[in-house]
Amino acid sequence: MRPEWKDFVGGKWDKEVNVRDFIQRNYHPYDGDESFLAGPTQDTKDLWAQVLDLQKQEREAGGVLDMDTKVVSTITSHGPGYLDKSKEKIVGFQTDKPFKRSLQPYGGIRMAEKACSDNGYEVDPEISEFFSTHRKTHNAGCFDAYNQEMRACRSAHIITGLPDAYGRGRIIGDYRRVALYGIDRLIEDKQEQKDSTGRVMTDDVIRLREELSEQMTALKLMKEMAASYGCDISKPASNVQEAIQATYFGYLCSVKEQNGAAMSLGRTSTFLDIYAERDLANGTFTEEQIQEFVDHFIMKLRCVKFARTPEYNQIFAGDPVWVTESLGGVGVDGRHMVTKMSFRYLHTLENLGPSPEPNLTVLWSTRLPENWKKYCAKMSITTSSIQYENDDLMRVVHGDDYAIACCVSSMVVGKEMQFFGARANLAKCLLYALNGGVDEVSKKQVGPKYRPVVGDVLDYDDVMDKFIDMMEWQADVYVNTLNIIHYMHDKYCYERAEMALHDRDVKRYFATGVAGLSIVADSLSAIKYAKVEPIRDEDGVIVDFKTTGDFPKYGNDDDRVDEIAQMIVHKFMTAVRRHHTYRNGIPTTSILTITSNVTYGKATGNTPDGRKKGQPFAPGANPMHGRDTHGAVASLSSVSKLPFNDAQDGISNTFTIIPGALGKEDKVFAGDIELDLNK
Amino acid sequence: MQGRIHSLESFGTVDGPGTRFVVFVQGCPMRCAYCHNPDTWDMNGGTMMEPAEIFEQYLRNKDFYKNGGITVTGGEPLMQVDFLIDLFTIAKEHGVHTCIDSSGIAYKPNANSEWLAKLDHLMELTDLVMLDIKHIDPEKHKELTSQPNDGILAFAKYLDEKHVDVWIRHVVVPGITDDDEYLYKLGYFIGGLSNLKALDALPYHTMGKPKYEKLGMKYKLEGVEPMDKNKLIEKKEVILNGIRARRKELGR
Repeated sequence: MRPEWKDFVGGKWDKEVNVRDFIQRNYHPYDGDESFLAGPTQDTKDLWAQVLDLQKQEREAGGVLDMDTKVVSTITSHGPGYLDKSKEKIVGFQTDKPFKRSLQPYGGIRMAEKACSDNGYEVDPEISEFFSTHRKTHNAGCFDAYNQEMRACRSAHIITGLPDAYGRGRIIGDYRRVALYGIDRLIEDKQEQKDSTGRVMTDDVIRLREELSEQMTALKLMKEMAASYGCDISKPASNVQEAIQATYFGYLCSVKEQNGAAMSLGRTSTFLDIYAERDLANGTFTEEQIQEFVDHFIMKLRCVKFARTPEYNQIFAGDPVWVTESLGGVGVDGRHMVTKMSFRYLHTLENLGPSPEPNLTVLWSTRLPENWKKYCAKMSITTSSIQYENDDLMRVVHGDDYAIACCVSSMVVGKEMQFFGARANLAKCLLYALNGGVDEVSKKQVGPKYRPVVGDVLDYDDVMDKFIDMMEWQADVYVNTLNIIHYMHDKYCYERAEMALHDRDVKRYFATGVAGLSIVADSLSAIKYAKVEPIRDEDGVIVDFKTTGDFPKYGNDDDRVDEIAQMIVHKFMTAVRRHHTYRNGIPTTSILTITSNVTYGKATGNTPDGRKKGQPFAPGANPMHGRDTHGAVASLSSVSKLPFNDAQDGISNTFTIIPGALGKEDKVFAGDIELDLNK
Repeated sequence: MQGRIHSLESFGTVDGPGTRFVVFVQGCPMRCAYCHNPDTWDMNGGTMMEPAEIFEQYLRNKDFYKNGGITVTGGEPLMQVDFLIDLFTIAKEHGVHTCIDSSGIAYKPNANSEWLAKLDHLMELTDLVMLDIKHIDPEKHKELTSQPNDGILAFAKYLDEKHVDVWIRHVVVPGITDDDEYLYKLGYFIGGLSNLKALDALPYHTMGKPKYEKLGMKYKLEGVEPMDKNKLIEKKEVILNGIRARRKELGR
């Protein structure tokens, strides 16, 4: 074995690229509590104060502190950047200084120009000219191939949030590979992969060979970039500091070249803990030092930034990067995967203070150790910064080395990737079904000219038939639009850094998504159980509804309406599955509009459930606000009935609760009189 | 027997141990000045529901209640003893932890023997009673709730005899139920109970106020500030001192 791997238990991983095997053979589950954790060092405090100051300056400057307008961002486009070189234990910024946003025109030059101009900057005219005349972008490619119907659907927002003008994101490189194997070994591996492609030069083989070459170039550049910071990542990392640094460099390369809608980190903590345990045992580093490395790593992740337009920020309600890191979970052998490093990651919320980024996501299982559950609960209460996902559900499909991209999209690290597909507006689709494809806002014929509903009262069976037909159409135009988008993204804006840290033959998920599920479920429930009379305008277009009587509402554990919601998801997914998908991606769908629900609401007219034109949709799979009247469990129960098999890209539920409703403060109420009396 | 139900809450975290399914019954004879559920007072309101129908809702989500159970509150649960017996009989058949949150107002030591026999039966099916003693002093109690407290205190002793676990709850309202002398007396009284498992001192809050406005009712504690949390800890200590003194006397 290599000297850097001394004391590690060998296995498949030392002969082939196999990070999971390394983790399973070497990690130590930790059952203890958080008492071992160390506070922030002086250097950490100083650096964080610097970041806070930069954040303040950025806010005062209107949201952007500095933008690159001349240098197109690549892995090696910028020299090293620092906060304070003498204090930083983990180094690396996207550009040559912190808080300077990079220029990334490959997704679309107009978006890059607008991101600059909206923030008071101007892209160098030569760059604009180059990317308009000599080098085509992903965005230009999409619009060359779109048909008229796709353009109309896009403008009407019946399909929406499409990644056709910016990076699609959602691809997680296995950044741990950089630490475990070093770049040289990874290049050798890629060379072998290239040598092993088919000899008949079909389109697929040609594309694969070109992509593998691109990946090898990216790996070589990664090495160069690291060298500019004085780090050698050609060889495996030999201690935890090097391992964190190498992992971060891998990630950093991806955000230097891609400004995707979600640029997630993966599942790194338990991997890194193996190095930390070895260093602690050998006396290489103290707990305080290891926590400092972690704090500095997380600090860097909090500084990842992209140039965005105000419209983009409106869709995503802010300026998110979705640096999602998945923590904990349970292994397929039954051992939980919580380590001390999992605690150290959450502890950054105390050492540096709460933050939405990185998006720390706990893979929850009933079988997690009690101390970890308690610590998560405590950190949730004090920082409101933790996301939870159901490991017991996802492990069945993905095993124990998957991670979450963005908020809910699960994929096996380094082996699976996804083509992000934004979403279909189902609420609008229902209105199209009623109006025979006429848009209720613009009054244009956007959808197919099917027969609209007639009569003064909506009939459930009639509406349902029409809705399913319209959904078939919607799925058709949606999937085909996505086929174009991903073809062009691969062609003009390929994720070479992330894909270099994947296996050769990856499983590709073709992700779609839906918005407005609870509105459609409640609307159909109203039509079925109450009396809904359509109100038509002078052109005969249904623009409003008069609903008489009560009806079951999604979010109350009431099967009468929950079954409608389940059926819609199933029907939509069935419609999607019927289509050809780019690169034979496996179709999935998600129900997860956590932030864009507001924008989608703005583009959608009155709905039969009583929601008014312009009012926001509920986020994700949530019930509509205020309609769940039987408490949290009933509300969650309605959501949990949605079929994961038909929504494998994830189902999200946003849950807010006042701390007092989660139980009484322990200071006031101990629940045990003997304890009280003996105080 | 059917119960007269105000509402069902699927996620109760402050109504007994663990996460609980909470049944709010309709109807209460008390008129506590600080009541935050005045909509549960009317003896004729609510919806009639079968015990089995209610328990079916519990079962649907039983995984959430593994460390909890079912709590009946209200309203005053003991106004509907027959319903409670039926509901808890089903619950105990399924091994579910049962809890009643009561003011004790329905209990009269001299009640007819048939009712008392039913109560005995109900207590066999009940794992925990959360008894809310509004005020230890009979006169002040009447002022605060419009009802006497002799039956309530007798109910506490009755539960002791029946060996039913009890949590005592007491809402501490500034200027009304925060007098140290009475708090100590309250502690002294409950210190005599051998079935006491917990003391729950609850800070008065004004979250019920909008309900009064909605119902067009006058809010009696207009102008009274919510209880300060730190002060509450001190007040709780006074009650605990009363318990300690009584226990010492009793040699416990």
